[in-house]
Amino acid sequence: MNLFELLGRYFSYEFVWFALIVGVLISLCSALFGVVLVLKRFSFIGDGLSHVAFGALAIATVLELTDNMLIVLPVTVICAILLLGMGRNAKIKGDAAIAMLSAGALAVGYLIMSLFSSSGNVAGDVCSTLFGSFAIITLSRAEVILCVVMSVVVIALFVLLYNRIFAVTFDEAFASASGVRTSLYNLLIAVITAVIIVLAMNLVGSLLISALVIFPALSAMRVARTFKGVVITAAVVSTLCALIGILVAILASTPVGPTVVAVDIVAFGLCFAAGKVMKIE
Amino acid sequence: MAQIICNNVSLGYEDRTVCENLNFEINEGDYLCIVGDNGSGKSTLMKALLSFGTVLEGEIVFGDRLTRKDIGYLPQQSEAQKDFPASVREVVLSGCVGGLGRRVFFGRRDRLEADQNMKMMGVYELADKSYRTLSGGQQQRVLLARALCAAKKVLLLDEPVSGLDPSASASLYSLIHHINKHTGVTIIMVTHDIENSLRDASAVLRMSSEPRFFSSVEDYRREFLAGGAE
Ligand SMILES: Nc1ncnc2c1ncn2[C@@H]1O[C@H](COP(=O)(O)OP(=O)(O)O)[C@@H](O)[C@H]1O
Ligand SMILES: [Mg+2]
Repeated sequence: MNLFELLGRYFSYEFVWFALIVGVLISLCSALFGVVLVLKRFSFIGDGLSHVAFGALAIATVLELTDNMLIVLPVTVICAILLLGMGRNAKIKGDAAIAMLSAGALAVGYLIMSLFSSSGNVAGDVCSTLFGSFAIITLSRAEVILCVVMSVVVIALFVLLYNRIFAVTFDEAFASASGVRTSLYNLLIAVITAVIIVLAMNLVGSLLISALVIFPALSAMRVARTFKGVVITAAVVSTLCALIGILVAILASTPVGPTVVAVDIVAFGLCFAAGKVMKIE
Repeated sequence: MAQIICNNVSLGYEDRTVCENLNFEINEGDYLCIVGDNGSGKSTLMKALLSFGTVLEGEIVFGDRLTRKDIGYLPQQSEAQKDFPASVREVVLSGCVGGLGRRVFFGRRDRLEADQNMKMMGVYELADKSYRTLSGGQQQRVLLARALCAAKKVLLLDEPVSGLDPSASASLYSLIHHINKHTGVTIIMVTHDIENSLRDASAVLRMSSEPRFFSSVEDYRREFLAGGAE
């Protein structure tokens, strides 16, 4: 059987379509806001939140809720707001506090799972929450719909607020002097990041989300000179990498999350080289 | 009536007072230099003029139908900003963000305004260049063009020449002088470069922990730069 017949057979399954749709939408969202996070020096929020989301998921799993989102989403959003405040406050040594929160959430999450989980395979569960499920993810129709709705909202917000987001990202002091409510926008950015991270956790696992957020932005910055160019390039690179990564994972039976991230790394290498050749710097 | 009046103003933050008993008046078309040591509250005064809540006591009154929206601002540059991937046009256009109101995107008028200000600041040829590839002096001109997009009556400039070499500073000063003389914009500028900036100034405010000094440039020279020009 050749490659295309094999792919054709996979595409007759609904779950493959679901995985592709969700993968592409999530990578698009994370690329858009990834640009903002990287340029605002907010990457730490993405990183810290991914660990918090793991801890929250562990608690939700142990409580055996019908819908994990009910706990994971609010907890992550609240932590996003806390992290934003901590990162800005030099007095309480923001960076150290964030590192503490990240590591603490990881440790407590694993502890809770190993103490209270009714599952026979705790190590396997933990591994798949950290790195994404090994086989291709199987999502329910409801999960896919939730993800599509959230992604559309996130992308629409980015487009509608584009000019204000640019102003707040480039120069907060100037933006607030012009009457833009910067703290509101910072809050919005942190909350949306939390939503993206919770959505992306199914796809790539909580430890690898930062890669999804940061790589496309850094790749785009190597080759584009304008902000609009960086945003569009990041979106395209991220979407392509997700598509290629998921397809490779299906064909080669590799875990989805690490495969997508590996493709993102290759893309970064290519953009880096292209930037050097084009002499962007 | 004066354009901006400072009445017995104390400045500071929740936990501390930075400076007290500030009194001065600024008229339309004035060119005020604010000098003083690091940490003496110069940037804090800028924030107060922009109504950022750093006024602890006293009041700042706007006259001559001046409103908050008429004040443009050129903040101290941050390191992160210097290698930001954005075109010059994008940066200048972002000066119009305060006028967006309920609109989502910039319109033709905003674009014309940006083009005009880029021409006045001599950076129109650089419009499609990346901001991070510009020299420090060019970056400051771009930020001046952006500030002009935001407001027409008063410009607040926080250390616009810091980090620039003497010739870049000189050309920035002459641009600021040009804006002040030909468009009648009031200039309020924080600077460390006292000798060069006082050439065009009409008044000077010295900030320090001791009582401040608000006077004509001649008096200031006599007081602080004794044995100078004369
Ligand atoms: N956001 C802030 N919160 C508390 N204190 C501040 C804040 N910003 C500045 N300060 C303090 O206020 C004093 C004056 O600062 P500033 O106005 O920036 O001085 P400068 O004259 O160098 O511009 C400094 O001692 C500084 O530490
Ligand atoms: Mg200052």
